[in-house]
Order: sequence, then structure tokens, then C-alpha cells
Amino acid sequence: MEHYISLFVKSVFIENMALAFFLGMCSFLAVSKKVETAIGLGIAVIVVQTLTVPLNNLVYVHVLKEGAWEWAGLPDLDLSFLGFLSYIGIIAAAVQILEMVLDKFFPALYNALGIFLPLITVNCVILAGSLFMVERDYHFAESVVYGLGSGFGWALAITALAGIRERLRYSDVPDGLQGLGIAFIMTGLMALGFMAFSGVEL
Amino acid sequence: MKQTIRRFFDRIEPSFAKGGRLEKFNAVYEAFDTFFFTPADVTARAPHARDGIDLKRLMVYVVLAAMPAALWGMYNVGLHANEAMATLGLQSASGWRGALTDALGIGYDPQSIWACFWHGLLYFLPIYVVTMVVGLGWEMLFAAVRNHEVNEGFLVTAMLYTLTLPATTPLWQVALGISFGVVIGKEVFGGTGKNFLNPALTGRAFLYFAYPMSQSGDNVWVPVDGYSGATALSLGAAGGEEAIRDAGITWMDAFVGTIEGSLGETSTLAIAIGAVFLLYTRIASWRIMLGVLVGMIATAELFNFFGSQTNPMFSLPWYWHLVLGGYAFGLVYMATDPVSAAMTNAGRLIFGILIGIMVVLIRVVNPGFPEGMMLAILFANTFAPLIDHFVVQANIRRRLQRTTVP
Repeated sequence: MEHYISLFVKSVFIENMALAFFLGMCSFLAVSKKVETAIGLGIAVIVVQTLTVPLNNLVYVHVLKEGAWEWAGLPDLDLSFLGFLSYIGIIAAAVQILEMVLDKFFPALYNALGIFLPLITVNCVILAGSLFMVERDYHFAESVVYGLGSGFGWALAITALAGIRERLRYSDVPDGLQGLGIAFIMTGLMALGFMAFSGVEL
Repeated sequence: MKQTIRRFFDRIEPSFAKGGRLEKFNAVYEAFDTFFFTPADVTARAPHARDGIDLKRLMVYVVLAAMPAALWGMYNVGLHANEAMATLGLQSASGWRGALTDALGIGYDPQSIWACFWHGLLYFLPIYVVTMVVGLGWEMLFAAVRNHEVNEGFLVTAMLYTLTLPATTPLWQVALGISFGVVIGKEVFGGTGKNFLNPALTGRAFLYFAYPMSQSGDNVWVPVDGYSGATALSLGAAGGEEAIRDAGITWMDAFVGTIEGSLGETSTLAIAIGAVFLLYTRIASWRIMLGVLVGMIATAELFNFFGSQTNPMFSLPWYWHLVLGGYAFGLVYMATDPVSAAMTNAGRLIFGILIGIMVVLIRVVNPGFPEGMMLAILFANTFAPLIDHFVVQANIRRRLQRTTVP
């Protein structure tokens, strides 16, 4: 249990997807103008991340990994070169199915998430989550925790950025820096705050 | 005297006014004029507030409140330097400081308060002057180009920034750090009141990560070559409370402030005097201070309760956390910065508690940094707007419930 808690804390704070790895920057900067929408996107990322990382883990362990086909008499078969293709395909499929399920059974949530759900397919945080999972050789339970944690960390970061941008709406930013420029600087300064965790070993 | 200064300002005023020869430097004129005299401008329409305290006076009060810590810091740096020189058997300090002190015949007696103070002053003053010149230069440049006024807020930033630095910081680093703090931390957002991180801490953190060798470790606290002394906090990180006591440091030493550390952070007593002043004038929020205190005590107690075989910091009690490192300084002067802290009353409490939790967490769990106050405050600054947002949302919901009849 302790192992999973430390993995969660690590993926939320120490290895924060947005502020330690600077992943998912496009939507991080574009959809952080209002707190409400940022929370919406954050929840969507958490859900998709928690779904796709374990799914990809299953695919990796049982299909792609070297020796996964041993039971069929093919111990040398290594399909991991198909990794990128399979992961992004699975992410796209999972998002599509999730969208249909939400539309059918939870229309309120579906409306709240709106355009963000399909957008998430191309969010690099999602693919990065799966790739980190492969690289670090997580087993299934770990990948569930990691998916939840990394998604939550990213959601936390984008919500905090949205809070800052809402407060600074009346700030007097020089012309050349308005909009995206100042958002980049804010992200950098936030990362400075998140440096508090760098070096923590769990 | 007063009349002369006023007449001088009145005489040069036309050349700074619109259309004048030095129109571009109006901000500079404005800054000095209002520094010497209370501006005569009054609000034309309601609401009116009759109060002598405007933004400028408020900022000057904070600088005043930091004076005890600064004066003590000068004495303390000199004390440690003179003691180290006595230990190493040095007769005179090196460089211009030694030449000046010898010429004036002040000497290096660690027993003499004046000699210690003088030696510390020689380290404090260059850092402070460089901070003021470089930082004020940036302020004036931005004010002139962007047509806003220079603000006394910078005096606070300069003083606090100086007090958080080790006495041995090279002056070019001082200049670099304050440039980063003022330009990236504040001016790109439009100046005082529009930033979201504490500018002094932003500059300090920048230096800390860019030049860790000259900002932390055992060699930077006492400005005597060849002398190394660990801060009480890094002693604690290595061996817990016992190691601190073994080094001959009692709790009272740490409270009064005769321990090694940054220029103005060592004396909890001097800082407490400043805190009383800030609370009495109601410039600092007592909610933030209370929150930081409560968060720290609770987290320290929690760590004490769990304990650890391998990490001696777990067992450090809260009253030690209070007097070591930059905790008290950050609590009183940094966390209460009205711009970068949370702005709602409930939010201030939560904001403070977050800092208190983070500082102990970083000190205890993170082996990378023995000191956590600076990063804890920056981290909480990042979340302050979000805390405010949720407090406001909760208020709206509660009032809506009260007003709508079911």
C-alpha cells in the first residue's frame, strides 16, 4: 500500500507532467483562461489517463513485449516496435468509446466536457503517460495508480494556472507579451515553485 | 530645510511635466517628490477615506519593521566573522574591508559590539547598495518607458531580498538575482500589485537554483576565507536535534539569533519585534501568520509522531523549526506580502496553513534542500489565486442558498 501512495505522490508532485516535464503544453496554455473550463479539461484528462495507461499496459504486457507470445510457441517475437502505433490507436479508440458511453448514459457530464474529450486524443500528456509506463516497466496495479496520479497532477497544474490567469486579467502586461507570452512566463515561474519537490526520493 | 527641498522640487517640476524637456523622466521625479512629501492629490469623488496611510507609507512601514532584523543581521555576521578570524589567528581582514577597518582603527574584537557591527555593515552595505541601484534602475526604466509611477514597493523588495542572502554572495550575483526578481517576477506583469509571486523570493530562488555553490552549503555563511560552518538546519538534517545541541547551539541561541545563516534571517527575536509592529499597524494579516504557525506545528507534530529510523529530521520538534533557518523571516515578512498572498480572509488561513505544511515537508522529506521556507512560500503563491477562487465560489453558493426561497 505504501508503495502505491508514494507512487501517487511522486506522479502528482515530484514528476508533475506539466511543471516538471512540460508536457501537454498546447492545451495547458490554450485552455487555462478560466478556472471552470480548466477544471473540466483537468477532469477529462484524469479520466482518460486512468483509462488508457492501464489499457496500454495490458496491451504491452500481453501482446507487444518480448516473449509475450511464448504461449503460442513464439518466444523470440518482439512486437514493441509497434508500440507508438498501438498506444495512440488505443487512446483514440478509448476516447471515442468513452465519448459514446458518456453521451448515452451521462449526458450532463458529456456536455460539461464538450469539445475537450476528443481534443484529449492528441494531448501529449496521455501518450507520455503510456510511454513512461512502458519505460519504467510498471505492472498493472502500478499503471492504474500512475495514470490517476499523473492525470491529477496535470489537472492541478492547469487549474492553478487558470487561477493565476484569472487574477492577472487586469494586469498591465507589455504589448508583445500579452496572451501566450505571459502564460509561458507564468508557467516558468510556477515550475520554480514546484522545484520544492525536486530531489525528494520516495 | 523643508522649504528648500520643496522649492527645489517646485522649480524643477516644469521640465518634467508634459511637454517639458525631461518629460521621459517624469516617473523618476514623481518618485522622489512623493518620497519626501505627502502628495497633495485628493480623491475628487466618493468614496473618501481619510487615512494618512497610502501605498507608499505602507511599504515604508514594512521596511521599518525589517530594521531590527537587519541591524541584528549586521551584528551577527560581524560577530561570526570576527570569531572565525580569532580562531584562525588572522590579524586583519583581506581586501578593502580590511584596509578600511585598519585605517579607522576599529579592530576585530568579537567581544566588542561596535567592531562586530562595523564588520557586518561592510558586508551588508555593498549588497544592499547593489540591490538598490540595479533594482531601482530597472524600476525607473520600466516606469519611464511604460508611463507608470515608481513605487515604494521596491524598497521592501530590496530590503527583504538583501536580508535573505548569505553575506558572501558575489555582487554580480546580487545584481543578477534582483534583476530577475524585479523584471520577470514583477515588471512583466505591469508592476506593483499585478504580480503573483513575491519578487524578492523570485530573485532569491533564481540565485539559489542558478548558483547553488554560493547560496548554500557550509562555506557561504561566514565571510572569512578558509572557514566553514554549517547552519543549524543542515546540522539538523544530518543528525537531528542532538547534532544541533552537540554543536553548542541551545534553543535560546537560535531564538536570539547568534547562529549562522543569511544576513537577516537568524534572529527570531528581532523578527518577532517586527511582527508585533506589523500586526499593531495591521499591515500584515494575522490570519496568514496564524495559518503558517498552525500548519507548521501540526505537520511537525505529525512527523514527530510517526518517527523514522533513518531520517533524524522526523523527530525535530516544532519549537526548533520555529527558530531555525528562514522560517520566522518568511512567516513575518514574506508570506504576508499582500499582493502574492491569498486575498480573502478564509483564503489567507488556508494559504498560511499550506505554507506551514510545505515548509516542514520540504525540510524533513526533501534531502536536496535543508531549508524549505522560500520554496514553500513560492509554492503557496502559485496556488493563492486558486484558493481565493474557491473561497469566492463557496461564498456565492452559500449566499445564493440563503436568498432563494425553496
